[in-house]
Amino acid sequence: MNLNDMIKETGAWLRGTGANADIVVSSRVRLARNLSEFPFPHRASSEHREKIAAAVLRAVTGCPAFANSLVLGIEEITPLDKQLLAEKHIISLEFLECGENAKVIIGEKETISLMVNEEDHLRLQAMQPGLQLMDAWKLVDEVDTQLSRRIRFAYSQDWGYLTACPTNTGTGMRASLMLHLPCLVISKQINKILHVITKFGLVARGLYGEGTEPSGNFFQISNQITLGRSEEDLIDNIERIGKQVVGHEQKARKVLVTKSRTELEDRVFRAYGILRNARTVSSAETLELLSDLRLGTELGMIQEVDRELLNELLMLVQPAHLQKTEGSELSPAERDIKRANLIRRKLE
Amino acid sequence: MLCQICNKSEATVHYTELADSNVSEIHLCERCAVEKGISVKPHFLLADLMAGLVGAEKFPVAKRGKKCSFCGLTYSGFKSMGRLGCAKCYETFKESLGALLDRVHGCSIHTGKVPAVIDGEVDRTLVTRKMRDRLQKLIEKEEFEEAARLRDEIRKYIEQVSP
Ligand SMILES: [Zn+2]
Ligand SMILES: [Zn+2]
Repeated sequence: MNLNDMIKETGAWLRGTGANADIVVSSRVRLARNLSEFPFPHRASSEHREKIAAAVLRAVTGCPAFANSLVLGIEEITPLDKQLLAEKHIISLEFLECGENAKVIIGEKETISLMVNEEDHLRLQAMQPGLQLMDAWKLVDEVDTQLSRRIRFAYSQDWGYLTACPTNTGTGMRASLMLHLPCLVISKQINKILHVITKFGLVARGLYGEGTEPSGNFFQISNQITLGRSEEDLIDNIERIGKQVVGHEQKARKVLVTKSRTELEDRVFRAYGILRNARTVSSAETLELLSDLRLGTELGMIQEVDRELLNELLMLVQPAHLQKTEGSELSPAERDIKRANLIRRKLE
Repeated sequence: MLCQICNKSEATVHYTELADSNVSEIHLCERCAVEKGISVKPHFLLADLMAGLVGAEKFPVAKRGKKCSFCGLTYSGFKSMGRLGCAKCYETFKESLGALLDRVHGCSIHTGKVPAVIDGEVDRTLVTRKMRDRLQKLIEKEEFEEAARLRDEIRKYIEQVSP
């Protein structure tokens, strides 16, 4: 496997399958772990960081989940490839700033991946399509257990897994759902709902996690606290609240279809029309249009486009994906043209 | 100030660009910054928040002067970064951290997973884990008095079994 193959095929988590896949795009569980005998990455010397990376790579060898994986060092990845991996949610925006001996290990089909020497020594994550948080947890749990036989993790009986930031201490787990909530946005209920979920220990963020604004009506919800509750409890809580948010979105869709069918259809078919005809389109506009088209497809207004294709498009229209597909660096204006071409081709 | 690219959203990312020996100030919104491949330092706000929380704890000045014997981080260093330096820091700043973790998470006892191997020995903590499950149930039922008692019991048990 290499990075260029990853352009041709998007991750398995974008298949559009799994429970409530009309609204829940994907489920993700991430674990933060550190080696007990080294300082955390931001205080580790380059010699330490080298030893940490070597120890993790040794431990990973022999994990079935990482058979045939791709191992990349931050020094050997071009800025464009880094952006590509960030668009794929495999590396964080923070990882882009990480220094020497930061590595990323990507398992087959992008289901499991691991960042080394990011904020913590290890950031292990699993992604699944639809609402399948418990499955994603089981995947990371198994790999984490295997790793913990080969690496001594920083752990305290009182406080659990010790992490650089005290907001991750305990389980070190951040579990999140990526939700598409267009009708809660149209009906202006979204802020109320995102506010209510904070009362249940959850937090809502944009498409790229912490610090990013929601776009294309995609929202991430994840657990705020990591200490004092078991992993299963935390996940159960997100799944339960997630299902309630899904229920609200479904209800809002029904109401809009009944009360304003024409306006809704108009919005969907305009989006479809622009996407099939535009000669140049920005990524921000594309996200909004794809959101409308996705809604129209899920409501059965448009039959000839399917969810998997829309998920694929969501990935491919992003700047780095576009430039990798074209095989050359492009200016923003050139990208907008290539983006429009790609969308027209895919929606033909 | 509006973003220089889209002219729509508020500019929240500011930096200086050097192009053809001209220095120019760039102001972008988050979305355009990400599209341009500029890291928006997502942890910045959180670190600020953490630092604020740390500062809010009421502890004698003497304790704030403590320094981690392994990584050299001082309490004021932690305060300004919102990040700990190593596992040992957790011991060094134990008292202040306990209160901080309580405030951040609403609880400061881990009830989750235990690594397969701890300090070279196979997991011996099944007992405490069960006690912690019980503690969790008590907290859920809001039986705080009993929960506090059990928490102390767990702490005592841990002290006994740890070498
Ligand atoms: Zn902008
Ligand atoms: Zn330390």
